[in-house]
Amino acid sequence: MEKGSTRKVRLLRLAPEDNVCAVTATVEAGESLEFEGRQIRFADRVPTGHKVAVVPIAKGEPVRKYGVAIGSATQDIQPGQYVHTHNLKSDYLPTYTLDEQNAYLRS
Amino acid sequence: MQGYLRNDGRKGIRNVVAVAYLVECAHHVAQEIALPYRDRGVHVIGFPGCFPNAYAARIMSELGTHPNVGAVLLVSLGCEGFNRHKLAQAIEASGRPVHTLVIQETGGTRRTIEAGRAWVEQAIERLESCPRAEMHVEELVVGTICGGSDATSGLTANPAVGRAFDLLVDAGATAIFEETGELIGCEQFMAERSITKELAGEIVSSVHKAARYYAAFGHCSFAPGNAEGGLTTIEEKSMGAYSKSGNSRISGLIKPGDVPPRGGLYLLDVVPDGEIRFGFPNIVDNTEIVELIACGSHVILFTTGRGSVVGSALAPVVKVCANPDTYRRLAEDMDVNAGRILEGEAALDAVGREIYDLVLRVAGGEQTASEQLGHQEFILTYKSFEPIGPACLPGAG
Repeated sequence: MEKGSTRKVRLLRLAPEDNVCAVTATVEAGESLEFEGRQIRFADRVPTGHKVAVVPIAKGEPVRKYGVAIGSATQDIQPGQYVHTHNLKSDYLPTYTLDEQNAYLRS
Repeated sequence: MQGYLRNDGRKGIRNVVAVAYLVECAHHVAQEIALPYRDRGVHVIGFPGCFPNAYAARIMSELGTHPNVGAVLLVSLGCEGFNRHKLAQAIEASGRPVHTLVIQETGGTRRTIEAGRAWVEQAIERLESCPRAEMHVEELVVGTICGGSDATSGLTANPAVGRAFDLLVDAGATAIFEETGELIGCEQFMAERSITKELAGEIVSSVHKAARYYAAFGHCSFAPGNAEGGLTTIEEKSMGAYSKSGNSRISGLIKPGDVPPRGGLYLLDVVPDGEIRFGFPNIVDNTEIVELIACGSHVILFTTGRGSVVGSALAPVVKVCANPDTYRRLAEDMDVNAGRILEGEAALDAVGREIYDLVLRVAGGEQTASEQLGHQEFILTYKSFEPIGPACLPGAG
């Protein structure tokens, strides 16, 4: 597959106030995509449909998708960084995963 | 389309003989009775527990009188708590042929299987002459569920089903969405869409109940595969799931076994009432599918990103695949490739229309992928519910 911003991968911002976007296909670390007239360089690999930060998000700040808070950042997140269970947690109930890093499994 | 006209006036889109075990101890015998006829519309349903449960009795009664069901064989061990007499009476009162075999009285496994097959054969023959009647879109009840969700579900398949739901509701059909535990965080949006203020209050309460219930377990409706698929939190999963409901006004809040009184969009509350008794509200997707069918759903729209393969007994399941990579791997199990939206090959509205058109064809007899592959999953577990309050179905009185 072609690398860089020539590929037909899009960043989907589902609401104007969102600070994360979904990618329409997998983007590798180091690739750049154009977003609202600027280039976003991906610090991490982001698989199809997963989230990437498009603006800086401070630790404790709500992560917004669909125009609503989908949880809080557990660390500072820079544009281009992958947003998932390692840096975002629910404000309601913990997320259970099969990886041993998860607090739910450790408890 | 031509429906199967039942004696109680309901119209079905399938002509099923249900073989129902009334306790797990009768499950094998029921399965063996149905086995030779599994490709001839004979499906196995049942309740495993020996202790009686009002919810299970109600669901079995609604399923035994479901419009897609034409005849029912009840298979009892003999000593279980399920009230087989009451269930048989309810089915008989609906005008459907019903017969009860009690294994302990019939003389054991082999004799009950023989007697059961003999009854099923004549039931199939009888159903072949079931009268047909013109059936219109507004007579259809369509349920929706998402399972094996990933981050693409809320981008493609779920909003596409939402568009199909809007088309169905506009055409006068009944559309049901569910799983209040996967709508945590969306309660205010649903309140704004409710047709009355009182209904809005009931909907908000139902989601709060779900949040309390799941909090007591320390676990929300979230599987490891959801996270692998890019969903991070229950709020995010909820927002994606919510988009299945489309944009119509919400006409009512129902509970499992409540059949909506007229066309419109309804929310099904699947989280038990009262103290926590019987474990997780829904242990797997098929428990919700069974509940949607018990609310009268003729057909189920099932969205999946990770790639669920399930179907169901009694009602066809249409699988809408959200993720284009999953679709390529599991195409044979899928009916609609909504992942095309992500790849820029189809618009949301077009896929919504495609789903709507497919629902009408399936209602007209076209087999879904899961039907062709022989899927007939069924599961029913213990629960307890209070009846819905008067504000839940405005104007139903």
